[in-house]
Amino acid sequence: MGMTMTQKILAAHAGLEKVEAGQLIEADLDLVLGNDITSPVAIKEMEKMNVNGVFHKDKIALVPDHFVPNKDIKSAEHCKCVREFAYRNEITNYFEVGEMGIEHALLPEKGLTVAGDVIIGADSHTCTYGALGAFSTGVGSTDMAAGMATGKAWFKVPGAIKFNLVGKPAPWVSGKDIILHIIGMIGVDGALYKSMEFAGEGIRNLTMDDRFTIANMAIEAGGKNGIFPVDDAAVAYMKEHSQKEYTIYEADEDAVYDEEYTIDLGALRPTVAFPHLPENTKTVDEIEEDLRIDQVVIGSCTNGRLDDLRIAAKVLAGKHVAKGIRCIVIPATQAIYMQAMEEGLLKTFIEAGAVVSTPTCGPCLGGYMGILAEGERCVSTTNRNFVGRMGHVNSEIYLASPAVAAASAVAGKIACP
Amino acid sequence: MKSAKGTVFKYGDNVDTDVIIPARYLNSSDPAELALHCMEDIDKEFVHRVKAGDIIVADKNFGCGSSREHAPIAIKAAGVSCVIAETFARIFYRNAINIGLPIIECPEASRGIEAGDEVEVDFDSGVIKNVTKGTQFQGQAFPEFMQKIIAAEGLVNYINQKK
Repeated sequence: MGMTMTQKILAAHAGLEKVEAGQLIEADLDLVLGNDITSPVAIKEMEKMNVNGVFHKDKIALVPDHFVPNKDIKSAEHCKCVREFAYRNEITNYFEVGEMGIEHALLPEKGLTVAGDVIIGADSHTCTYGALGAFSTGVGSTDMAAGMATGKAWFKVPGAIKFNLVGKPAPWVSGKDIILHIIGMIGVDGALYKSMEFAGEGIRNLTMDDRFTIANMAIEAGGKNGIFPVDDAAVAYMKEHSQKEYTIYEADEDAVYDEEYTIDLGALRPTVAFPHLPENTKTVDEIEEDLRIDQVVIGSCTNGRLDDLRIAAKVLAGKHVAKGIRCIVIPATQAIYMQAMEEGLLKTFIEAGAVVSTPTCGPCLGGYMGILAEGERCVSTTNRNFVGRMGHVNSEIYLASPAVAAASAVAGKIACP
Repeated sequence: MKSAKGTVFKYGDNVDTDVIIPARYLNSSDPAELALHCMEDIDKEFVHRVKAGDIIVADKNFGCGSSREHAPIAIKAAGVSCVIAETFARIFYRNAINIGLPIIECPEASRGIEAGDEVEVDFDSGVIKNVTKGTQFQGQAFPEFMQKIIAAEGLVNYINQKK
C-alpha cells in the first residue's frame, strides 16, 4: 500500500520509512508562522514554557497583516508585543509595515516556503503553500507556541481525497472558480481532517497564482491541507523566489485515496458562493435574480496576487465603477503593489473609481477598511461568507473571482465579464 | 476535571469561529473580555444566560473557519464545561485540546439532546447522560496521546512535564 504526497512528506519529517492514515506522529518543522492576531496569544503561552528562546531564529515568520497599519490602540498593543518578541529573539523573518504583505502571499514571494517543507501557521489559510508541493496547515496559537519552542508538532496522518484535474479552463474561469466548484460539490466539511491532493494534466494549464488560490481555500472544505505536484512551473517559481533547497515528493502509484473526483476544467463556469457558506455555489448562468450590491473587495490571501489584479484591471479598463458602489482593491504585498504600479494597473483602478489600499487582511474578516452596514451586499474575492464576517450580522457576502468581482463593480450587481 | 454537568445550549451545523467570537473583538486576547462576546453573532442571549458548567451541543463541523484560538478560549472563559458535536473542524479540535477545553464527538448525543436538557459527561469513559430524558450515549474516547495532553491540562504543561 503506497503513500500519498502528503504522507510521504510527513513520513520524511517524522524520520519514518512509512506512515499511514490515522497514525499519530511528531514531525520536524521547516517553518512556523504567526500574525498580529494569533502571535500575541502564542507568545504568552511560550513564556509559560520552560524554554530558552525559539528553536531556530530563521525558521519562524512573524507577519503583522490583519489589523495593520494599526487600526486602533488595542491592535497597536498586539503589534508591539509581536515586534518586541521578534527583536528580543532576533527573528530573521519579521516583516514590518512597509515591507510586509498578507502572510500567504508574502512567504512564497520571499522564498520561505518550498516543495517538501512541513509548515505550520497560526492562521487557517496556511494551507496555501501546498501550491508549491509543501505540506502546510493551519493551527492555533498554542501549537504555534510549541512549534516556536521545540521545532516540532504532532499530527494525525490524514487520509486523502484525489482531485484529478483535466482540460483547460475557459476565458474568465480561474483558480477561484475551480475551488468554489469543488467546495460546492463536496461541502464545507467534505474534506474534514483529510488532505486534498490535486493531480492530472489539467494542472499545467493553471498559473502558480491559480494554484495558490486553490490550495488557499482547502480549509474551506474542511481539509487539513491542499497539495499540488511539483512541475516545471512550480520549480521555476521557486528558482525565481528562493535560495532554499527543495525536495520533490511524488505520490506512489498505489497510494490510497478515500475518494477520487475527476474535474473537467473546460466545463467549469464562473462561480459565486452565496451567503452564508462557501458551499452555497451557483454558476453565473444559474443566477436569475438581479442582485444589487453595495461594495466590491478585490484582494486577500486568496486573490490579491498579480494575476488577480491584472484580470481585474482588464475588466475595469476604460470603464467606471457603478454610481454608489465602493470598490476596494488591495494588492497583497508591497512587491505586488509596486509591480501593479509599474504596469499601470493602479492607474486603471483609480481611473475606474476604485480605491487602492496598502496590503492588509482588513475587510476580509470584518476588521476594518470596508465594513458592511446592515442589509448591505458585497461581492468579494476573499474566502469566507459566514454570518457577520465582513460587518453587520445582516449583511451579505458573495464570494467570486477577480473577474466577476470587477464586472460586478461596473454593473452594480453580480455580473460576469 | 473528570466530569461535567450542566444545562445545554444547542446549535446546528457549521458553527464557525466568526460567530463564536467575531473578529471585531480580536483586538483583545484577554479571556474574560472575549467571553463577553462569546457566540454573539449566532445567539445574542448566550452570554446573559450561560452559567458555569453549562454544555454546548451542536451538529456537524463545529468550529469551522479561522484558526483563532480565541474561539475555544472564549467558550471556556464563558464557563462552558464541555462541547459535544457530531464532528468538529480540525483546527478547533486541536485548539480545544491544547487549551484544555473538553470536547467530545458523538453523533447520537448530538441528535438526542435538546436545548435546556440537563446533561452529564464522564471524560474517562466518554459516557454522556441526558438526565432530563433519561438516555445515555457513548462518545468517542480520545487517543492515549491526546489523553496525556488533556490530563496535563493543555499542551504547554504537557511540554513542561516532558522536560
